[in-house]
Amino acid sequence: MRDFAKQALDTAVARGATYADVRVVDTRQRYLSTKNGRPAQVRDSDSLGLGVRVVAHGAWGFASTDNLTRENVDRTAAEAVAIARASALCKKRDVELAPEAGIVDRWIASCRIDPFSVPVVNCLDLMLKVDAELRRQQGVTLAEVAMDFRRIEQLFLSSGGSDIYQLKTQTGAGYVVTAFQNNEIQRRSYPTSFGGQHQTKGYELIEELDLLGHAPRIAEEATALHKADQCPSGVRDIILGSSQLGLQIHESIGHPIELDRVLGTEANFAGLSFLTLEKLNALKYGSDIVNVVADATPAHGPGLGTFAYDDEGVPAQATPIIRAGQFVGYLSSRETAAHIGLPRSSGAMRAEGWNRIPLIRMTNVSLLPGSNGTLADLIASTDDGIYFETNRSWSIDDRRYNFQFGTEIGWEINNGKRGRMLKNPTYAGITTEFWNSCDAICGPSEWVLWGTPNCGKGQPMQTMGTGHGASPARFRRVQVGVAYKD
Amino acid sequence: MKLTRQRAEDIFSRVLKYSTADETEAIIGSTAYSLTRFANNTIHQNVAEEGIGVSVRVVVGQRTARASTNKLDEISVRQVCEAAMGLARLQPPDPELLPMPGAQTFRSVDRFYPGTAELMPQARAEIVRQVIGRAEKDGLTAAGVVSSGMTATSLFNSRGLSAFHEETVSEFSVTMLGPTSSGWAKSTSPNFEALDPEALADRAARKALESCEPREIAPGKYNVILEPAAVLDLLGFLFFDFGGLAIHEQRSCLTGRLGQKLFGDNIHVRDDVYHPLQAGAPFDGEGLPRQRVTLIEDGVVKNVVYARQTARKMGTEPTGHGFPLPNEFGEAPMNIVMDGGRASIEDMIRSTERGLLVTRLWYIREVDPYQKILTGMTRDGTFWIENGEIRHGVKNLRFNQSVIDMLSNVEMMGAPQRTAGEESFEMVVPPVKVRDFSFSSLTKF
Repeated sequence: MRDFAKQALDTAVARGATYADVRVVDTRQRYLSTKNGRPAQVRDSDSLGLGVRVVAHGAWGFASTDNLTRENVDRTAAEAVAIARASALCKKRDVELAPEAGIVDRWIASCRIDPFSVPVVNCLDLMLKVDAELRRQQGVTLAEVAMDFRRIEQLFLSSGGSDIYQLKTQTGAGYVVTAFQNNEIQRRSYPTSFGGQHQTKGYELIEELDLLGHAPRIAEEATALHKADQCPSGVRDIILGSSQLGLQIHESIGHPIELDRVLGTEANFAGLSFLTLEKLNALKYGSDIVNVVADATPAHGPGLGTFAYDDEGVPAQATPIIRAGQFVGYLSSRETAAHIGLPRSSGAMRAEGWNRIPLIRMTNVSLLPGSNGTLADLIASTDDGIYFETNRSWSIDDRRYNFQFGTEIGWEINNGKRGRMLKNPTYAGITTEFWNSCDAICGPSEWVLWGTPNCGKGQPMQTMGTGHGASPARFRRVQVGVAYKD
Repeated sequence: MKLTRQRAEDIFSRVLKYSTADETEAIIGSTAYSLTRFANNTIHQNVAEEGIGVSVRVVVGQRTARASTNKLDEISVRQVCEAAMGLARLQPPDPELLPMPGAQTFRSVDRFYPGTAELMPQARAEIVRQVIGRAEKDGLTAAGVVSSGMTATSLFNSRGLSAFHEETVSEFSVTMLGPTSSGWAKSTSPNFEALDPEALADRAARKALESCEPREIAPGKYNVILEPAAVLDLLGFLFFDFGGLAIHEQRSCLTGRLGQKLFGDNIHVRDDVYHPLQAGAPFDGEGLPRQRVTLIEDGVVKNVVYARQTARKMGTEPTGHGFPLPNEFGEAPMNIVMDGGRASIEDMIRSTERGLLVTRLWYIREVDPYQKILTGMTRDGTFWIENGEIRHGVKNLRFNQSVIDMLSNVEMMGAPQRTAGEESFEMVVPPVKVRDFSFSSLTKF
């Protein structure tokens, strides 16, 4: 790998690149799923290739290939420089990068049990046991269980002198049970929806999740939803469960703090951001108890946004985003940091694979735990409200003001007690109004670092895994039930 | 190196050499793709990629599994075969697994344009330069993409099936930004010459200029004219339910509704990969020929599509819409063609006393899977119409709308056109005017 990377780097510089970096990425994935008592997908895949990113003539170029011969690696590096020359035809100014020292390092993410070493038959056996348990509940019409293992090995070389090797193992698992009855489809998922929990760790995650132990409750709730009352519409105090709050953070904090969106370069697709530059250190984003960090360091936990160096070779950092409710930081790259006068990139440039350029992506954007005890304590301190659990739908405008979320299930809260189950719960709001209405956040015992494995951004589209730590929290006077209001 | 049929056959012969499975299938594909991205009136990203991959599915007893790689050296080809066989042997048998299909006959579709395959970065940059010129003429800021490339896909199996298809792809999309407004336009085609970047840039610019200083309107139900991109954005969430397996598993909104009149009399939709404005291969992920299927006729759900295993399960014939096996989803129609009418968008505006014109929609998600309630936002050009004329731009609105109800409320339609958006795969759809489209809130811009 290193020989090809070095060759590409040398060729790019020889062809006129004033800056160049090369990533050789080797990924392996295993995806297993079952459906109603049978294996559904059993597949392995691997992909190896090389991408060359250059600045030449003051503009960017990138070319990538999986045809790793000496001749083709040279051709690819030369193509990157030729593309940069074409970019320069429409440049307004030369690309400038915030300074970063060259680094030589090697980092391997913690992984106690290599998931690729676990026999597939053992994985399928557990999945089919979960499946059987889910379908023991009368009224369940579909049970789906999945496991997803990835190993990502990357070598990064740059003309700035960096030579960084990183190896990450990621594991994910979850299930969804569907109950169709009387022209209505209801679903429940565990540990969360849309693929379950994902973290940068090994098969130990599967053991920690106790997939089998939760199956009876999840299946029972899916069928009970058919007898539940419709979530009312109106203005109510709400409590968001940990995983739902993780997605709320992702959409209404994580995306708007991406500096490329702020500076307009995602205008055609992902959109802009309401967090224009004058709002830094001036906007009251949330209430005084809201503290948010973007933390890629292993110390934050094994999130999908955990690494030692980003894909520009910038060391992982813990960046304060919201401090005591005040907006204080962006996610940035070397180019965007230089553009707004920051001394250094926040280290948030990440690429999906060898054939994609790095973009500003969320790392682990997390709400720090509060001081309001457990979820039970929070419910006990709420007179009248609704508790929302497990995402079902999510939508937000292209500047990240107006959002609407739905969850799989809700419960009314009356006089500090969890009351009747509610089906089809939805809530909606405006980002800063919502975060300023936060008046209670549960403590560290309820904090979970969730993984969102499917965040899309960029053209060509890139899918990225991000991390979001959250404890359940309460928000006052929020619009609920609007989606079903005729 | 371009993937030819001969090269694909050579790779498959190597796969067969290493596979000792009862049956063996290989999907071999390649891509060469370039994309120039601009924003703030400058090119800020400019990329190219090339890649090739082989994906091997084997059947061992009544068991199947798949393994894929982009490494084509002898050791890697052997390893990918062994991986697929190893995964298959570890599974419990599937009594419903069918033998692989034998040789098939495919209708030829020619969707390869050498000029598109060979488009150089300088040519893309020149288009961007012209678009920036159009933006700067009116003090606007342009962002968008110009892309081109080619793909080849082939499917072979040990029972004699041999399918190969290559086509070119191209895209131009642009967002024009003013101080208080924006406009957008997009087009895709296998033939880059069929795109008209200059006209699209002008259209986006005019939308940005005409929607400046947008005003607030109260949420509620309105007559709405949806341009084709907005129609596509919504329909994309409906047609994954038109698969036999989704109905069999009771996860489709058509469960219990097949043969019913679910939409208005004027709704006619079919799946037709051979339509001249469509793109894609004439075979599906199992290697069967894609068939034309009438999905909705006079508002009645006439047919859905079936993969081989689903068809066997449901006592019918496959339609050539399956995804590569093994998969959870079964099948879906991916070449939607919706009939239209004779009205122009101008006719629709003239006929509207009070209503809205919507350019595109954004971040659509399914709120209710059976009622098919969708939520999302308007984006990049939403206009208030009064007494038959566009009056002004309006701030963007959130909708919560059943797409089934929407297709029961279509009052006027225009000519169908090849349409691209960001929320769905490309389709051939018309602009439509619908009544009682439901908006629940508005945003700040």
